Amino acid sequence: MSDQPAAHSPYAEPAQQREADLLGMYIFLVTEIMLFGGFLTAVYVVRVLHPEEASSAAKHLNLWLGSLNTAVLLTSSLAMALAVQLSREGKLRATSAWLCLTVVLGLVFLAIKSVEYYQEYAEGLMPLSDGMRPLSKPGEQLFFNFYLVGTGLHALHLTIGIILVSGLTRRVAHSETPLPRRAVTVEIVGLYWHLVDVVWVFIYPIFYLAR
Amino acid sequence: MTVGATLETPSERASYLRAGYSLRSWLTTTDHKRIAVLYLYAITAFFFIGGIAAALIRLDLATPGGDLLSNEGYNRAFTLHGVVMVWFFLIPSIPATFGNFLIPLMIGAQDLAFPRINLASWYLYVLAGLFTLYALIAGGVDTGWTFYTPLSTLFANGYVAAALLAVIIVGFSSIFTGMNFIVTVHKLRCPGMTWSRLPLFVWSLYATAMILVLATPVLTMLLILVCIERLSGIGIFNPDLGGDPLLYQHLFWFYSHPAVYIMVLPAFGVLSELVTAAARKRIFGYWFIAYSSVAIAVIGFLVWGHHMFVAGESTYASAVFSFLSIAVAVPSGIKVYNWIATLYKGSISLDPAFLFAMGFIGLFVIGGLTGLMLAMLAVDVHVHDTYFVVAHFHYIMVGGAVTAFFGALHFWWPKITGRMYNITWGRITAALIFLGFNLTFFPQFILGYLGMPRRYHVYPPEFQVLHVLSSAGASILAVGYLLPLIYLLYSLRHGQPAGSNPWGATGLEWTVPSPPPKQNFAEMPVVTRPPYDYPIRDPMSRE
Repeated sequence: MSDQPAAHSPYAEPAQQREADLLGMYIFLVTEIMLFGGFLTAVYVVRVLHPEEASSAAKHLNLWLGSLNTAVLLTSSLAMALAVQLSREGKLRATSAWLCLTVVLGLVFLAIKSVEYYQEYAEGLMPLSDGMRPLSKPGEQLFFNFYLVGTGLHALHLTIGIILVSGLTRRVAHSETPLPRRAVTVEIVGLYWHLVDVVWVFIYPIFYLAR
Repeated sequence: MTVGATLETPSERASYLRAGYSLRSWLTTTDHKRIAVLYLYAITAFFFIGGIAAALIRLDLATPGGDLLSNEGYNRAFTLHGVVMVWFFLIPSIPATFGNFLIPLMIGAQDLAFPRINLASWYLYVLAGLFTLYALIAGGVDTGWTFYTPLSTLFANGYVAAALLAVIIVGFSSIFTGMNFIVTVHKLRCPGMTWSRLPLFVWSLYATAMILVLATPVLTMLLILVCIERLSGIGIFNPDLGGDPLLYQHLFWFYSHPAVYIMVLPAFGVLSELVTAAARKRIFGYWFIAYSSVAIAVIGFLVWGHHMFVAGESTYASAVFSFLSIAVAVPSGIKVYNWIATLYKGSISLDPAFLFAMGFIGLFVIGGLTGLMLAMLAVDVHVHDTYFVVAHFHYIMVGGAVTAFFGALHFWWPKITGRMYNITWGRITAALIFLGFNLTFFPQFILGYLGMPRRYHVYPPEFQVLHVLSSAGASILAVGYLLPLIYLLYSLRHGQPAGSNPWGATGLEWTVPSPPPKQNFAEMPVVTRPPYDYPIRDPMSRE
């Protein structure tokens, strides 16, 4: 890096940078909403085209595990919201503790989801599983494929979220992200976490509840 | 090294171009000006790759028998041409180069809001470009640039997944650029740079960034779905499973119609700058031009259905989309009238940039009016998927967006490089491109009206005269596009130093030296005057 000039900041003052960082994150969240919005539109179209098949396929999903997961994820958002609030007050240890809990709850969600996927595989619902195929009608398999892709993309987002929050926990604990001066960093990661949560709030009813 | 070259000027020694010479200093830069130059290299390379594909197409079409390319080869050539030109040239062209370079300079900022994300977006572009090159070298793609299912998922033979991944990745590059522009315009305007003083180029890029951010993710999601279906065989749009190919088309055009405005809105912004500088007169109807950009961005989201008039969409939906497609022409028309009103009684200088601007207006009006014809249901059913459509969108995208790109290049080249190019050659090029373009694409309107379908390379002999005219025009167009490569590169070494304001234009970017220093502004500028405050009382001379 010897001949590279030091990166210059375009900001005149820290407050301006905080506002810009937040606005940037909000715009990124808008792109995520459009991403999943496009997907959910497609699911909706499938439900309209094949109402009977969609509801019979939805009955194969595990409503109890899905509901439990919803509770887990909403609780993780609570932990995240508390961490954001505490980071603004400069409470370093409490912030990292709540961030830790957020990560743990995220991992619990993924674990439950894996159990669900395994059950679905064993039941022959997955497109690639062998043996008996309970989803015989065309629209049923289509609906299940959409469920698989939607929850898979959500799990991918959640995994990214877990990595982000883990890194943030480490940075907060080691004071590499000084609090409360850079509490906006916690807030930005928190916004992403809440979005992943909100996406699930839409995925859950459209796949599990409307049966 | 510099034998026969014009000596280096003091402003060049202090400029961003001299802040580090190593390749590494370029590849790790976070300076928006350098990233703009990196983009300029990359999109120029892809412009010529797409151009070679176009040349093959036109050469093949010179004879009715399709003697040059096989059927497969022809499909691959036009797919490559479409994919490269749409995603690797037109969409990033003006925003990623001139937008990147000029937005901070125009609003009095040191850089874009997120300099490292800006660099990351260039790397994503390059990575996506490598995927495209892989798809090309491995054997090509034959689905057409639209990747329609079930052709793309179940039947196509080429390297569809690589091309899909390329488009998905380049989409993230677009999203990052759009996000950066929006935050920059909101948060980094210098004191006095109010929304009513914002240059219209910045207004148009702001509207463009809105589309980039709102439309691109839908395409990303859609192509991820197609990719999953293609690679794993999990049915998503497969009609055998009850999937709906029309759903694919709806989602595809929800992005790809607004994408047309991603291509042409920045061109509108360029035009507002070029026309005003050439006329040396305050722009006519500032707010009409600014808000018409926003209106186009909004209405542009509601017209996608006009791509599916004959694809099985309901008649009711078609009628609504037809109406909205006609409505979106209104703000575009407002802009054209405003530019012409700006020229009225102006003291016009026939600089190359102005000639390109005039070329743009002429070609864009033809492209826009034929767009209105196509928006009419009765006409579209007749000419759908014919050369009429091909000619229409080339008038908008090549006659419009590419011509504006060259206009911008000739207008801001002295600012970017600090050197003046040969004005006469610039004028000749503008004329060649205008003539070559019309000769290439006007015959295609007639071909299409006579019934020549697009994407066929074997055709009845009676169409040959028009096809040969078109191919001849394409060769003139190619010369027009190659010429600037020579005289602009020549100017780097031998051009006269441009001075900070060679065209006598208003705008903050002309108050800094050419090329601009690394920090853009020595001290924070303060804006006290309205935009386009012509005539400049003390215009700097061209020396």
